[in-house]
Amino acid sequence: MGRIDLGLQAVSGKQVDLGRQGGAHFAISAGAAPEVLVLSGQLTIHTVTEARAAFDELSGRRITALDLGALERLDTAGAWALLSLQQEFRATDRDLALTGATEAIASLLKTVDGAMPKPETAETRPLTLTGVLDMTGRRVMGGVGFLRDLTAYFGIFLHRLARILRHPGEFRFTALVHHCEAVGLNAVPIVALMSFLIGVVLAFQGAVQLRQFGAEVFVVDLLAVSILRELGVLLTSIIVAGRTASAYTAAIGSMKMREEIDAMRTLGLDPAINLFVPRILALLLMLPILTLIANLAGLFGGGLMAWIDLGISPEMFRIRLVEGTDISHVFAGLVKAPFFALIIGVVGCHAGMQVKSNAESLGRKTSTAVVTAIFMVIVADAIFSIFFARMGI
Amino acid sequence: MSTPDPIIKLRGIRNQFGRQVVHDDLDLDVYRGEILGVVGGSGTGKSVLLRTITGLQTPAAGSVTVLGTDVLHADGKTRSDIEQRWGVMFQDGALFSSLTVRENVEVPMRAIPGLDPAIRRMLADLKISMVGLPYLAGDKYPSELSGGMRKRAGLARALALDPDMLFLDEPTAGLDPIGAADFDLLIRGLSRSLGLTVFLVTHDLDTLHATCDRIAVLAERRVLVTGTMTDMLDVDHPWVHEYFHGPRARAAASETGAHREGRDE
Repeated sequence: MGRIDLGLQAVSGKQVDLGRQGGAHFAISAGAAPEVLVLSGQLTIHTVTEARAAFDELSGRRITALDLGALERLDTAGAWALLSLQQEFRATDRDLALTGATEAIASLLKTVDGAMPKPETAETRPLTLTGVLDMTGRRVMGGVGFLRDLTAYFGIFLHRLARILRHPGEFRFTALVHHCEAVGLNAVPIVALMSFLIGVVLAFQGAVQLRQFGAEVFVVDLLAVSILRELGVLLTSIIVAGRTASAYTAAIGSMKMREEIDAMRTLGLDPAINLFVPRILALLLMLPILTLIANLAGLFGGGLMAWIDLGISPEMFRIRLVEGTDISHVFAGLVKAPFFALIIGVVGCHAGMQVKSNAESLGRKTSTAVVTAIFMVIVADAIFSIFFARMGI
Repeated sequence: MSTPDPIIKLRGIRNQFGRQVVHDDLDLDVYRGEILGVVGGSGTGKSVLLRTITGLQTPAAGSVTVLGTDVLHADGKTRSDIEQRWGVMFQDGALFSSLTVRENVEVPMRAIPGLDPAIRRMLADLKISMVGLPYLAGDKYPSELSGGMRKRAGLARALALDPDMLFLDEPTAGLDPIGAADFDLLIRGLSRSLGLTVFLVTHDLDTLHATCDRIAVLAERRVLVTGTMTDMLDVDHPWVHEYFHGPRARAAASETGAHREGRDE
């Protein structure tokens, strides 16, 4: 209601202040003729919201001109408001002249008039059943394509590995050692610590349950089976997937971004031999070693907890461990390590090669690589569990 | 051209990084409504000068006066008022990558109290159109745009609040000659019709010819000389002489000369 009053007053000849924002002042008042309104003050981005509300009231009135002679300041926002009002008038076959503009204001109006945006809408497809099916199909095919890509990268790795076995001169041994250090040696503290703590937790939780049956000593079997078969290799792989898959994607991805990989190709260097093989091979060598360290650290943590909490002496722990645990448990855990290593390495290298030429895609691909690697490691672990169960290992 | 009252006044500016002194006792005036081109060899601190005026780099000594206010010693309120009166376009646009082009242009407008979001959106569309981008570019993310379009979008954001002063860092670097010439025309057209004062750092001789009213040459840690293009040709300093008389300079001069003749006909 207030706004309508303002509009009525404006036409009846009384000056009305519309904008007071930020000290700016803008007013509409009646001119010499009834069809002419005089604008004064500052019509800028600070007053445009109020001005436009007032213009909305004006658009239904019999006005033929706006006198801009008394305007102190007009910016593009104000010019836009004036010109949109003019467009509304023209849409209903009326004219609205903008008179009395100074040279600067006229030039501004001309520039803005030439640039008045003409809204276009992007083509949007309505959501139909076929659309949903189409989208689902594309997603599924995308997933299948991704798996095919990974297999292809694995194939490339095997092919180049065979090639360097025949031509050892092409192999970059220094790179392999460097990656072994980064992937293996530097990961030892975190892997050992994590596994030690898992051993402590397992022993403690196991003791609480087993004590109810007076079967505390079976905590050793619990520790041995769960760490050697599953937790040692699985948790090590997850940590390595987080550390190394992301590092591989970031390193290869940033080389891809800076066109280093294209430069290698033009120089006749094969990116697969120079980048993928040393990295994946380093993982293949290091992950079993890390798993072994994790197993030992886990058993040590569990043994320590069993000694403190259950009074199982280290000697008794050792005897129980050797007598009660079949060596096949160690085998069943360690045999998975090279497979997990291949998954992590291939996923990391593949994601790195998918990076586009902008930094956002590097970040996105790095996190995708970690998630994919961890997910696939866990899936592979589940498959191994079923396989071993069927085979009775 | 030169009105007595400069809009930007630098006095005795000293900038140094560790032991390396970039500027020493540098004076520079920028007058209202002019397009000032700043040139200089690599490492003469052209961008550092731009960063000094816009407050991204605090000089070790000297004063920076913008619109009559000493910006180095101004309180937060005064500074932010002045910041609303200038727009900066960085080399690659420096758009916020998580926002669309339209949202990028809206960012400075969010500081205006009481501005209706629908109007803000339409004003952003207007700025996008003013810098010569198609309407649908507003919905795109910076990574989906070409380098030239990113620069234009950066310019649209710099112009969002109708600034009095516009700072451009290498506006035509990385553009093809046609795109660069279009951009020169755009800057000149906008600065004339919006009454902008433009501070333009560039390497591009064509840009200097096509847009700048006045040129300031940075050398020997200070502003060596300022003046029009014609003044530059008479300067007797080895670098300046080489710069404005080199083969590229002659090519640029003859091209703009031909242009002007063409226009006169």
